[in-house]
Amino acid sequence: MKKKLFSLLLVCILVITSLVGCGSDGDKEVVKQKTDDQDVVTQTTDDQEVVTQTAKEQGKVLNIYCWNTEFQDRFEYFKKSGKLPEDVVVNFIVTPNENNAYQNALDAALLNQESASADDKIDIFLVEADYALKYVNTDYTLDVVNDIGLSEADLSQQYQYTKDIVTNGNGVQKGVTWQATPGLFAYRRSIAKDILGTDDPAEVQKALADWTKFNEVADQASAKGYKMLSGYDDSYRTFANNISAPWVTNDVITVDANLMKWVDQTKSFTDKGYNNKTSLWAPEWSADQGPDGKVFGFFYSTWGINFTLLGNALETSKDEGGKEEVGNGIYGDYAVCYGPESYYWGGTWICAAAGTDNASLIKDIMYVMTCDAAVLKQITVDTQDYTNNQAAMNELAAGDFKSDFLGGQNHIKLFAESATKIDMSNISPYDQGLTEEFQKAFKDYFDGNVDKDTALSNFYNAAIEKYPNLKK
Amino acid sequence: MKRKTKYVNYTKWGYIFLIPFFITYIVFSLIPLISTIYNSFFENYMSGLTQIGPKFIGFDNYSSIFFKSELPVYLKNTFVIWMMGFIPQIIFSLLLAAWFTDLKLKLKCTGFFKTVFYMPNIIMASAFSMLFFTMFSDAGPVNNLLNSMGLPTYRFLAEVAGTRGLIAFMNYLMWFGNTTIILMAAIMGIDTSLFEAAQIDGANSWQTYKKITMPLIKPILAYVLITSLIGGIQMFDVPQILTNGNGNPNRTSMTAIMYLNKHLYSKNYGMAGALSVILFIVTCILSFFVFRYITKDRFAEKVMKRKRGDSCEN
Repeated sequence: MKKKLFSLLLVCILVITSLVGCGSDGDKEVVKQKTDDQDVVTQTTDDQEVVTQTAKEQGKVLNIYCWNTEFQDRFEYFKKSGKLPEDVVVNFIVTPNENNAYQNALDAALLNQESASADDKIDIFLVEADYALKYVNTDYTLDVVNDIGLSEADLSQQYQYTKDIVTNGNGVQKGVTWQATPGLFAYRRSIAKDILGTDDPAEVQKALADWTKFNEVADQASAKGYKMLSGYDDSYRTFANNISAPWVTNDVITVDANLMKWVDQTKSFTDKGYNNKTSLWAPEWSADQGPDGKVFGFFYSTWGINFTLLGNALETSKDEGGKEEVGNGIYGDYAVCYGPESYYWGGTWICAAAGTDNASLIKDIMYVMTCDAAVLKQITVDTQDYTNNQAAMNELAAGDFKSDFLGGQNHIKLFAESATKIDMSNISPYDQGLTEEFQKAFKDYFDGNVDKDTALSNFYNAAIEKYPNLKK
Repeated sequence: MKRKTKYVNYTKWGYIFLIPFFITYIVFSLIPLISTIYNSFFENYMSGLTQIGPKFIGFDNYSSIFFKSELPVYLKNTFVIWMMGFIPQIIFSLLLAAWFTDLKLKLKCTGFFKTVFYMPNIIMASAFSMLFFTMFSDAGPVNNLLNSMGLPTYRFLAEVAGTRGLIAFMNYLMWFGNTTIILMAAIMGIDTSLFEAAQIDGANSWQTYKKITMPLIKPILAYVLITSLIGGIQMFDVPQILTNGNGNPNRTSMTAIMYLNKHLYSKNYGMAGALSVILFIVTCILSFFVFRYITKDRFAEKVMKRKRGDSCEN
């Protein structure tokens, strides 16, 4: 009997100790000390950073959901402004974007928002344009004017399209962004000289002013052994941003005539060999932008030109010790023009989550990072990122700002003009999913595996699989 | 104290030691199975952040799968790709198993080769298909090689034959080693005196193989066929990673389970449940055939034995 009891005890101890290992969160130790009326909390994080907190009516923890570290880097500008209370801990909860992982994580957290404790609630989350309405159309986001307290005057210098994207059906703006991302057509100066006899952006723009002219230049490029575009999806956004009706009205999917124009143009480019059949972000696509590329140009927006295109254009990348200067690859050989239609690509919006206990701090963040002209101008000067303040950007556009990468061109001037022309009133909450499926379905058509009708019906099938509530 | 029995009864321990299995089975298999069937009768999905349902809709999910979806196409894809991989797999496995067990050949280093053949199965399927994805991409090493040899390049992942072929080839590479080892075990289980007797009677290798080896490993062959078939129905990881979940081109490499996975996007428990139930029934039917095949064999043996016994008595 004794033996039995002893062995039972041993087993219990084993089980308990093994379970204890799972429960404790070794990263953080929170020690609370009571001093007079104030709670002083000392928090030790794994990088040995010690923050001392004092209590006020505002929450002490600011949780920010995002998918990369871009906002974290920009957040330094807010810290510099001195408006971040010393006692507030800012947590960036990063979930990468791949396979919808970010949205899944965010959805799960938002659905739990009500039951979560004050310090675990989401305070701020970031969204992209393609799925912004999914959140903006719900009560999970706060009105930036009435709930958060930004004034119409504060928002007046932001580009209209950046407000349209996060405005719900009742005209309530639910988010703000620090960047505007107008797109341009970036072309190779050397190839332009060969085809058109000039590399002057104004002349090249004349040659590419509309799609008919664009196609003519493609003919000429092909005759000289160049490709007009790299892949199938390169011109997609230019067409998709100029549609006449949203993707979905009353749960019925509409394929806009402008999207079919993209299909027809891409099919004819593919059949005639005007493109290299690549896909966005594929290694072949990036290689086409480099020194060995034979492609005339790429549709790219603000961030794409200064970061992605620049990186791809270098012969010796920065990681390998290459410098961003003329002579390294085709640095200096690119230039930008407006292209056939105005469009935008990318961008990140800041939304305040319902249930936050940091409303006034969020107001400060939104103000400093998206309304304060001085801060926004500084961001552009420091990082070449195009920011969302018309006055500041127009000032830079009128000045002698120039980019060595673009052969000394002042591209801010082009961005500033293009940004005001973008019309994003026709967006829907389904944009991301439907765009993805549309591109995938028509890839088969471009590859010659199916005819147009089959591709279209494949698209409808895939769309309804993703969104069971939609109809053909 | 009065002794009840003269021996210690251990039977209860048998049941006690079986408890963990039954608990695990009930928690991780039986309850999910029943809840899948239950869920398949409901309309239940997420539209953005809004939950739609759950609303009881009877057999609507089933009817929309049968009449509106392209499930038969995906089942056919699955079957075609499986056959493309299984035929070379069984041929090579039989050949290798016969060689490795052949007493006359006396091959050296069979242990080494067995390990090498089994190797692809140890690599994770996703890593394996990522490797193939990179190798056979439009500007990947394989196309570069073709190019440098002056051959035309081939866009493997944009062609039906290329994509299906690669999936089948990967499945073949991953499973032929496993099948070889099973078949070797089956062949080694045959009484060597049978082979010796055949040799003395002057049978050549092919005759021995056809008349002795093949009939005697038939049950194991059936086992290999059925496990591979059931594994084939559940084919998912390789095509999913290779085609990024799209079953390109034109969904010709979309398998049934990849189609099931498509419903995860909207957390469509109803449709996914109905689809799972259909696949479960298909698998059940196939398993039933195996079971019957194997038991039929045993039954026939019993009949034979009884007959023999009868004739002895007479």
